[in-house]
Amino acid sequence: MTALAASPAVAPPRPSLARLTGVELRKMTDTRAGRWLLVLVALTGVVAVPIVIATSPGRDQGLQDMFSIAQLGPQLLLPVVGILAVTAEWSQRTALTTFALVPVRWRVAVAKLLAGAVLGLASLPVTLGTAVAGRGAGGLAGRSEGSWHLPLFVVGTAAFLAVANVLTGMAFGMLLMNTPLAITLNFVLPVALTTLTQTVHRLRGPLGWIDLNRATEPLSDVGVTSGEWARLATALAVWLVVPLAAGLVRLNRREIN
Amino acid sequence: MIEVTGLSKRYGDVTAVHGMTFACAPGTVTGFLGPNGAGKSTTMRMICGMTPPTTGTATVAGTEYRKIANPARHVGALLDPSAQHGGRTGRETLALTARLIGVPPRRADAMLDMVGLAGKAARRPVRAYSLGMRQRLGIAQALLGDPSVLILDEPANGLDPEGIRWMRTLLRGFADKGGTVLLSSHLLREVEAVADRFVVVARGRVVAQGTAADLLAGRTGTFVRGLDPAALGAALAAAGLPATPDASGAFTVAADAARVGRAAAAAGAVLVELRPAGDGLEDLFLSLTADREPVA
Repeated sequence: MTALAASPAVAPPRPSLARLTGVELRKMTDTRAGRWLLVLVALTGVVAVPIVIATSPGRDQGLQDMFSIAQLGPQLLLPVVGILAVTAEWSQRTALTTFALVPVRWRVAVAKLLAGAVLGLASLPVTLGTAVAGRGAGGLAGRSEGSWHLPLFVVGTAAFLAVANVLTGMAFGMLLMNTPLAITLNFVLPVALTTLTQTVHRLRGPLGWIDLNRATEPLSDVGVTSGEWARLATALAVWLVVPLAAGLVRLNRREIN
Repeated sequence: MIEVTGLSKRYGDVTAVHGMTFACAPGTVTGFLGPNGAGKSTTMRMICGMTPPTTGTATVAGTEYRKIANPARHVGALLDPSAQHGGRTGRETLALTARLIGVPPRRADAMLDMVGLAGKAARRPVRAYSLGMRQRLGIAQALLGDPSVLILDEPANGLDPEGIRWMRTLLRGFADKGGTVLLSSHLLREVEAVADRFVVVARGRVVAQGTAADLLAGRTGTFVRGLDPAALGAALAAAGLPATPDASGAFTVAADAARVGRAAAAAGAVLVELRPAGDGLEDLFLSLTADREPVA
């Protein structure tokens, strides 16, 4: 029993956002399921690169090509990492503990987003390593003939997209608060959108503004036009900003049980 | 200190909690009693900021829970023992909480040790824990921040008799050192040995509150059995004591034991049993919480 002079509203102080972020990062990595998912993110590239070495023409096997292939894991699975980091609070019912310890709910949400951004950035050294190893091995095997050049811009956009991928997953998780629903919609909606674009040609133009797959494509090489940036911005607003804002409102209002 | 004032919760047309008002003082254990569905959990979740109340306020240590900077350092809450990630070990669960609330990690080990989950149990994933072990882990987590208030929702569920006794001793010790305990149960037996005060709820309302003596005031009676029921009946009637016979020939008398004993002695009726009628608290609890419409 501690005798407290100051009001509980101020003392002891609340945990800092950095500490909350550290705790959220640890929660994403301290279970077997969480660790396996991250291993899978890394392994997808490790598996895909040899396939490219074996099957692609040698001149299409530059470092930049390898780097692009190595993004497959983060691209596919980082949204799932983000979704699970949020929805596990509900499926594992830990929300009751989490928000008892940190009752200002948006601080938990921000800590999760920051932790997700850290994980997204952490995928970069892994994919860079995979790409360098792939280009090197392909060269030794006499298969890869492409350039060793990798524009810094492409590394930057890969970092940006990796972070955006985790955060999109988190936004979906926060909005839906249900693991299977969030994962399914996160995969199905973009595919549906792309399919719609391909079947109804008149929609191709307008849907280009919200189709995240198409909007992120130009980022894999230098020379992104202002129109392409604008389409990326609107697509991210639709897939990231809007669900995130709605999810935060829902989180703040909902009853936790 | 916990203060609940006019707390209500409405879900659509259903009112789960109706204007509840009660307070729990430091140094006491308050038994929050009521049948399942009476609104105990909803009330505790409103106190802990999980459920927004429709009307009313609740404060812990004088502050609304959601405004407490680092709540676990003031309030240990165990709202649901299953609210832990099944993939985390007991040790990791507490280590995470320790990190979050800013207490040294060795305190996590000390708490695991105290609740009997040290060693091998601490290294097992929570999904392998029995309900009783989860309760112990939850109590360890609640105590981690060295709080002055404990809010425990049905903590005895799943504990074996030895575990219930252990928890009773723990809560008594906590209150004796000046702590405030609010503990809910749907079973009077689980809390009556440890609680100083009771808040009895039914259908979302407080139907009685106070010490056992407060609650039983005016409800005393004496149970008496004689060797010869007829002779005892006559003796009680002669002394003018209102007595109700039961099927076995014993009587419940609306008078204290001394008057009943004197009446029997005066008539030479031999007694084989003389004690306070029934289980006072239990009868009271059942009559208060019986499933009928409340008297307006």
